[in-house]
Formats: sequence, structure tokens, C-alpha cells
Amino acid sequence: MVESVIERITRGHFWDFHGGIHPPEQKFLTSNKPIKQLALPKQLIIPLQQHIGREGDLLVSIGEHVLKGQALTLSTNPMVVPIHAPTSGTISAIKMSVIAHPSGLSQLCVFLDVDGEDTWRKRDVCTDLAQLSNHEIIKKIADAGIAGMGGAGFPTHIKVSSKPDIKFLIINGAECEPYITADDLLMMEQSNAIVDGIKIIDRLLTPAVILIGIEANKPKAIKALQQATAAIEKIKVCIVPTKYPTGGEKQLVQILTGQEVTSGRLPIHDGIVMQNIATCFAINEAVRHDTPLIRRVVTVTGQALNKPQNVWALLGTPINFLLEQCSVENIKNEKQTVIMGGPMMGFSVSSELVPIVKTSNCILVPSKKEMPSAFEKESKEVECIRCGQCSDVCPSQLLPQELQWSAKAKDYSQLEKLNLRDCIDCGACAYVCPSQIPLVHYYRIAKAEIREQQQLDLKAEKAKIRFEARKLRLEKEKVARQEKHQKAAAARKAAMNKATPEATGAKSAVAAALARVKAKKASKGQSQVNTSDSQNDLPTDTAVDQKSQVATAIARAKAKKKLKEEAVQKPSTSDGIVDNAIEEKSASTQQASTDDKKEKIAAAIAKAKAKKLSKSAEAPDLEKDSDDTSPKKTVSSDDKKAKIAAAIAKAKAKKLSKSAEVPGLEKDSEDSLPEQTVSSDDKKAKIAAAIAKAKNKALAKANEGKVEVNETSLLTSTNNATEIDSKPLQPEKMVQNNIAESENKPVAATDKKAKIAAAIAKAKAKKKLKEANTVEENDRDGV
Amino acid sequence: MAFWIASSPHNHNHTKTPNLMRLVIYATLPGVLAQWYFFGWGNLIHIGLAMTTAIICEFTVLSLRKKPISHELFDGSAFLTALLLGICLPALAPWWITVIGTMFAIVIVKQLYGGLGHNPFNPAMAGYVMLLVSFPLQMTLWQPPLTLVAVDLNFSNTLTTILTGFTVEGYSVEQVRTSIDGITMATPLDTLKTNTGLGLTVLESIKSPVFGENLALGWEWVNAGFLLGGLFLISRKAIAWQTPVSFLLSLFICSFIGYSISPDSSASTMFHWFSGATMLGAFFILTDPVTGATSNKGRIVVGLLAGLLVYLIRTSGGYPDGVAFAILLCNMSAPLIDQYTRPRTYGHQKGDK
Repeated sequence: MVESVIERITRGHFWDFHGGIHPPEQKFLTSNKPIKQLALPKQLIIPLQQHIGREGDLLVSIGEHVLKGQALTLSTNPMVVPIHAPTSGTISAIKMSVIAHPSGLSQLCVFLDVDGEDTWRKRDVCTDLAQLSNHEIIKKIADAGIAGMGGAGFPTHIKVSSKPDIKFLIINGAECEPYITADDLLMMEQSNAIVDGIKIIDRLLTPAVILIGIEANKPKAIKALQQATAAIEKIKVCIVPTKYPTGGEKQLVQILTGQEVTSGRLPIHDGIVMQNIATCFAINEAVRHDTPLIRRVVTVTGQALNKPQNVWALLGTPINFLLEQCSVENIKNEKQTVIMGGPMMGFSVSSELVPIVKTSNCILVPSKKEMPSAFEKESKEVECIRCGQCSDVCPSQLLPQELQWSAKAKDYSQLEKLNLRDCIDCGACAYVCPSQIPLVHYYRIAKAEIREQQQLDLKAEKAKIRFEARKLRLEKEKVARQEKHQKAAAARKAAMNKATPEATGAKSAVAAALARVKAKKASKGQSQVNTSDSQNDLPTDTAVDQKSQVATAIARAKAKKKLKEEAVQKPSTSDGIVDNAIEEKSASTQQASTDDKKEKIAAAIAKAKAKKLSKSAEAPDLEKDSDDTSPKKTVSSDDKKAKIAAAIAKAKAKKLSKSAEVPGLEKDSEDSLPEQTVSSDDKKAKIAAAIAKAKNKALAKANEGKVEVNETSLLTSTNNATEIDSKPLQPEKMVQNNIAESENKPVAATDKKAKIAAAIAKAKAKKKLKEANTVEENDRDGV
Repeated sequence: MAFWIASSPHNHNHTKTPNLMRLVIYATLPGVLAQWYFFGWGNLIHIGLAMTTAIICEFTVLSLRKKPISHELFDGSAFLTALLLGICLPALAPWWITVIGTMFAIVIVKQLYGGLGHNPFNPAMAGYVMLLVSFPLQMTLWQPPLTLVAVDLNFSNTLTTILTGFTVEGYSVEQVRTSIDGITMATPLDTLKTNTGLGLTVLESIKSPVFGENLALGWEWVNAGFLLGGLFLISRKAIAWQTPVSFLLSLFICSFIGYSISPDSSASTMFHWFSGATMLGAFFILTDPVTGATSNKGRIVVGLLAGLLVYLIRTSGGYPDGVAFAILLCNMSAPLIDQYTRPRTYGHQKGDK
């Protein structure tokens, strides 16, 4: 492949790239004058960063005197290129200053007050290159601060130290931009030094062939280089047709080798390295003469100047010094544009203090006549008529008119599809556009916005990853927590369901506790009534004694009740366990088990009630018994009060047993579950029957004690006579009604609410009856 | 001291859209002169009418759209549209045909779509087709070459015919169009189509005086004039060569195939090239960049398609000439063609978009 390329080149045949333009060259302004050595400027402004990469660490401080060629920054990183003092002098300031940048950015600069002595630091001139190792040469290039001088400013030592199978070393002497003749003049005057520089790169990279690409419009330079390379077989001077942008890296690669640089890749990936003419010269200076990169050739041109010419400018020379040296005509023109670089790709600088840097090859000061579009404030842009001239000249074969629409519409995905990133900003499209659309300007904006968008997307992507990780972590924690809880619950459940004595004990204990709580509640309500009753009943006695006695009596009664209840519940819980065992199988959740518990408790209560009821069915006997026993007790204690208390206690016990019926009934009716067997139905019926019986008896008693009640109420209550008369009648009626209802309802057992109501009514009626009874008893006892 | 800031590139080749338009207008001159020489003042009067109407319409719409009038009114695009429409219209068509056609072209086809650069259809052709469909009778008022006309069609006679329908002497349009031997004249393409429909062979048909000695009396020179102007435009790089070349090639191939298969019922390749609006369409209308394809490949595709369509419409369509219809159809397909003929970007593989 290399051979075919060489053969083609020796025949003088080159490839062509798409598009390209032929703007007026205007190189005659400066090409026939030698490079001028300038007097030293008074002050140099040296930016710390003049290349692609990062700025080095400062080695000097304000007030320090530096010698010519002394390093001002230190290179620690491969992407850092040091800067040097272009001449001797004193550092007056290190501060931010406007630099050579399209946006007029400020950057840290070293201000060097020139002393005019121009004293060199100690130099180590190398006479025999063969003594140096490749590594030493590369170190010399790096320490000399050489960065690509064609425009991009890529650190040269990186480019010459990478050494994979290099096929072509291309030396770019095309200099296709109009006006610029810096490389042209350098080739004319320093062709031997350039060839020496090329030889050094040849030694480092060992390419198969070295091609020097020069546009045909530089005959003197071609001749000089041909003479300088005549003895070297490996170097071919290639005279390429003049066309803009031949000097573009991708374009020159295509012209000389026929290869295209794949989008997104560097030429070195295809075994091609390109170096600028001025860079070769600088390499030679650095390696042989130990001269760091402190000056360069700058074309100062344009028709606004009286003496356009090429000059050797020290890096850091402010533009105004150069313009003075070239007799600028009318710098006071407000709209004067000063362009750094060529007219096609150069940028207009914002200040006269902008210094020359390593990549500045031209200062162009056009007259208004020469370049009217550079002076226009308002764009003359009209609508695109899709003439397609832009795509005809585009060297990247893009469709500038479509890019322009998408850029205006901010359709970034479409711009990506149209390969905007392959645009090299050459400006050929904008140059030919008859609608005078500033196409490159639109692309620059779009590119900047895409870059910004990409950065934002990257940020958003990172944030998203972080957020998702957090979500995942929280989710894991939640799951772990839930598992822990479930395990604990399962352990508890297992412990409860084990048929061990402790478990049953726990269960029964729970049931008992619940029953107790209920009983307490009921007793509390009752005791309040009782105490009030007793207070009313015994107005004559001393209050304090009575109270304490009543309290003790209540306590006693409670204790009795508890004993009774517990006695009742013990067998019932054992029954409950059987039920529970049956239930357990179907029950799967905790909820179910609690339901079971409730049911059990309810069942237990119901059973207890049933028993109590059966007892209360024998109530007359019991009452009689108690009546009988209590007198005995009271006789023994020989105290009226004690007897009263005992009576109250008895009454309470009865009441409680009855009031316990109320929730019990409610529960039964509410929890009418399917598993209720015939026996439970029987139970209900029995309960109902018992209730009815008890009620009948109570009624009978009430009737008996009516007269007495009337009498006692006369004694106890302070109400008026009519109320007293009506009072005993009302409970009687209510009781009768209630009994009728209660007898019907439980049997029918259809309406929950009705049942509950009936139960409540019954309970009330019973309470009243009891009240009547107690009063009667009290009276009796009292008597 | 601060300098003036501008965005690169700082120089420009000083081309301007109005200059481009002006160049195209100048390039029509040979054709227009040939038209004037063979067919008299009719088309020049129509061109004048159309230009006046166009400038009034453009001014009105631009002021309504609050656009910079001085900037856009004289960009030449409206003049060019009017010129092309005026060239296409039958020389003796009444004045209002031109006015309506131009108004439609400028107001609806061009400005309502967003003005210069945004119209999907060529305004002149869209206006012409609208007239052809809406006013078929007036749009067939073709005038035979002056050599075949009995009435002396000087400027005033033509003007009064266009304005009133009668010459100064009182001849009606129909009388003017009737040749010396009493036959109403039509265009060669029309005559050929009618005769072929009647069962006559091409050889029999071309004995009609409208065909003249060569291909089509008068028309051949008009077409030659436009060809000359077109070549001038190509030499000045004002138009892309791909479109007219591919169009003419396509028409040539189609007519050659047709002629080879059935020489009796098919006209020759050169007849297709030098009659009707072939050259005008090829160099001045199909090359309209706004409505055409942008890539070179796309331009070739559009040209080939247009040639095929013109041939099909001429031979089997309902109208004698098909350039206007073919161009409108190509305008429609241009965006699609552009989509599929994007060039390969530098550094990208083929098909790697």
C-alpha cells in the first residue's frame, strides 16, 4: 500500500478531497519580504497555557529576574507543556489577562518587564545527536515547551513518542489559508533547519516514508525544500494543488495517501503522523541548540497596514506592538477587526493587549474594502434557497444547508445524524453562501450546546445511577426488615400453637385476663350505682364509716366474683381449647387466631353465664340461703352496718352475674359463626329459658315488694309525691314489655340489633328490679 | 482598546441571492427573444403583466407579514417567477389569466408557505397548472408562428387582443388563430397528439405547417434559445448541471425506446427535446434549488424521474405537454429523494449514517 502511494506520488498524482474553495490568496502582500527581526517590546504577556492540555505549575514569583529561555512553569503531567521567558527581564505581575481566544477569555499570564539585555541562561548545545538516546531527545522536546504550531497546539512530545508501526510521516507545509505566509517564509529561509528537525522526528518514529505537502503556490519554498532533501531518499516533497482547505489534517492525509481518517479517530491509529513545518523547525532548535520555544514567525498582514510582513515575534508580544512595527494605518477606526489566524478560520481578538502564543501564525488587519463582511454589524443573512453550493464545497461532504435548518431548530439528534461533529469549521460553506448565512457560526453554537447537553446528560446519568442505587438499598433494607418481623411473628406463633402446658396456660391466662377486664368494667359501673344507692339508702349513718365499710364490702364482693368466675372459666377454657384446636387448622393468619381467641372467650363467658343462670334459676333458694346465712353472719358480728354491706355485696354479685349476661348475649349473637353446633343452639335456648325464668321470678318479687318499695322510696328519695307514685309503675311496665320482647327475640334470633337492644333492655330491667330488690332487702335487713 | 468582533470566516465570495436571480433572468433572454421573433409580442406583454402583478402581490404580502420590504422585494425571486409564468402562457390568452396565475403563484404558492426558500412547489409551475386546470379554454389559445398568421399581429393588435379579445381591426382571437387555409392552429405537440388520436401516423402529421421544415416551426428555436441560456448558467455555476443533463437524457432514452418500438405513432427524440417547454423546464424550472433535490445524486434522480414523467404525460396523458405536471410531481418527491441520497460524510463508511 505504501509502495503504491509512493509510486503515485513520484508520478506527481495525488488524490482529491471533496469540495474546497479558492478564495483570493493575498499572499503576495508578505511572501516576497524576508522575516523581520523586531526590537524587543517593553513588556511581554505570557499566558501559562498556550496548548491543548493543562497549565504547568509556576516556578517564578513577582519581582524575580529571569533569563532568556528560563522555564517559567514546570511540566509534571504529560499533557503539560512548560513556558519559558522569551527574553531576560523582571516579572512585574502574574495576573489574569485577555488571551488569544474567540470569546475574549482571560487567563493567568506572567507579565515580564523586558530589561533589554536579552541575556541567555546557560545553554547546552548538542553537536552530535548520535550521543543522545531517543528518550533524551523526547525529554528535550518536552522541556522546550513545543506544542503543535499549526493551530491546535497538541503537545509535540506525545506525538513523537508514540511509536506503533508508523507508515507515513506527513509534514504539513500546505498553508492553505489566504494571507498567511509564515510557513512559506520559514521554508524559504530555514529549509535546512527544518529538514534537520524532520530527521529528528524520523529517528523517533521511523516511518516508512516522509511526505512534505506543499501547495503549488509556494514555488520558492518548494525549491528550497527540494534542494535540502535532494540527498534523502525517504523524504518526498509533494506539490499539491492549491485549494482551501488542503492544509486541514484530514484533507492532507486524503490528498497524499488516499486514505480517509475514520470519524472519531486520530490519524495515528492508521499509522499516520502529521507535523507542522514550524514545529519541525522548533524541534531542531530545541534538540540541537537547546533553545526552547520562545519565538515564532508571525505574518502581520492586511490592507489596513502600510508594511505588511513576516516577523520573528517573541511569544507574549502584545498585538499592538506588532501593529506599530508594521505601521497600521487607521487603528482608531472603531469597527476595525483584528483577526488572529487567517480570514477563513481565524478569530477576531477583542483587545490590543492579546499576546502572541505558540499557535498564532497570523495577525490580519483587513481594510473595510478588502473584507466588508468583517465590518458589518448586522448580518446580511437572507433565507436559504437550498442552492446547495455549500454542500458542493464542504470538504467533509456534509449537507450544510440541512445542518443549518436543524441548528436553527435546535434539533440536536438530527444534527448528530447529519454528522455535525465531522465539521472542521473550515468556513468554506459560509464563504460561498449566496444568502450570506453565517453557517459556521450556527454550527459553533450548536456544537457548544450539544457539548453542554452531553455534559448535562452525563451528570443526569450519574445522578440516576446514584438514585437507583439508593432505591435498591432502601428496598433491600425494607425487605430485610420485613423478613425479620415475619420471623419474629412466626416464632411467636409457633410458641403459642405448641400444645405444651405453657402454651395452653398462656392462652387460658389471656382468656382469663380478658374476662377479668370485662368483669372489672362491669363491676365498676355497678359499684358506682351501688354506692350512690347505699348513700341514699343510709342517710342517717355517719358518712365516713359507711364509705369505708361500703368499700370493703365492694372489695369483698369483687373478690368473690372473681373466684366464682375463675371457677366457671376453668372448665370452659378446657372446652375452648378443643374448639381452638379445631379452629387452628383453618386459621392461617394472626387475625384468625385472635378471632378464635375472642370466640373462645365469648364461649367461655356464655358457658359461665349459662351456669350462673342456672344458678340464678335457683335464685330464690340461693337468695334464701344467703338471706339465711347473712343474718347468721350479721348476728355474729352483731352489727347492722355489716349486714347492710353484706346485702349490698350479695346484690352486686347477682347484678354482676346478670350484667355479664349482656355482653355475653351480644357476643353470641354477633359471633353467630357457622361452626356453632346444635349444642350451642341448645345453650342459647337454655339461656333464654333461664333468663325468662329469672325474670319472671324477679317480677314476682318486684310485685311483692312494690308496696315496700313505695314506702322505702318515700323514705329515701327527696322527689315529690307524683314521681314516687309513678316510679314503681314505670319499671313494672317496662319490665313486662321487656320480658315479652326478650322471650320472643332470642328464640327468633334473627335481628342482631333487635337482640342487642333487647339484651340491653333486659339488663336495664334487671338492674331496676335488683335495685328494687336490694332496697327491699336493705329495708328488710334494716328492719 | 477593543477591536470589532466578528465570526469566521471573515471573507466571502460576494455572491448574493439577488445576483443569482438576476443571472437566471438574463439567461432567459435568448429564448425570450426567439419567442418574440417567432410568435410576436404576446408573451412579452404577458411577462410585463405578470411582473407588475408579482411586485404588487409581493409588496402586499411582505407588508402584511411585516418583513423587511426593501430587503426582500427586489431579491429577484418574484420577477423570475413572473418571467417564467409569462413565458409559459399562450400568447393570446386574456390578461386576467396572467394576473390570476401570478397572484396564485406569489401569494399562495410562495408567500403563504413562508416566502423565498420555504415553498415546496415551484410557484410558476403551480400557477401554470392551476390555470390549465381552471381555465382550459383560455389556456389553449396558443398562437401559431407569425409566418402562419394571416392577421398582422403587431404590438397594438396583440395588446388589444390580450386586453379585449379582439385586434384593433376587430378580428377575434379565433380568427387570428386560423391560418390562411382556414385551419385553426395549435402547437405541434397538440397537433401531433390529436392526429395520433385520429389514427394518423407521425409522418402524415408532420406535414402540418406548424411543424415547419425541421421539427416544430418556431418552437425549435425557442427551445434552442433556452438551451443556450441554460448552458450559460451551467458555465457560470448558477445551476447544477446534473438536473438538466439527467432530465434530457431520460427524455431522450424514453422517446428513443418509444420511437424504436413504434415509429409510426411516436415522435422522434429530437422532437421531444425541441418542442413544448422541454428546454425551459430543463434549465430554468427543474433547476429551481428551493423545490429541487440538494445532493448531486438526488438531482440526477429528480432529472431522470422528470424526463420519464414528461414522456409519459406527453404520450399517454390528457394534456399535450407535461413539463409543468412532471415538475410539480418531482417537487413533491424531492424531499424524499434528498432523504435517501445523502452523500457519505468524510471518514464514514458507506451506509454508515
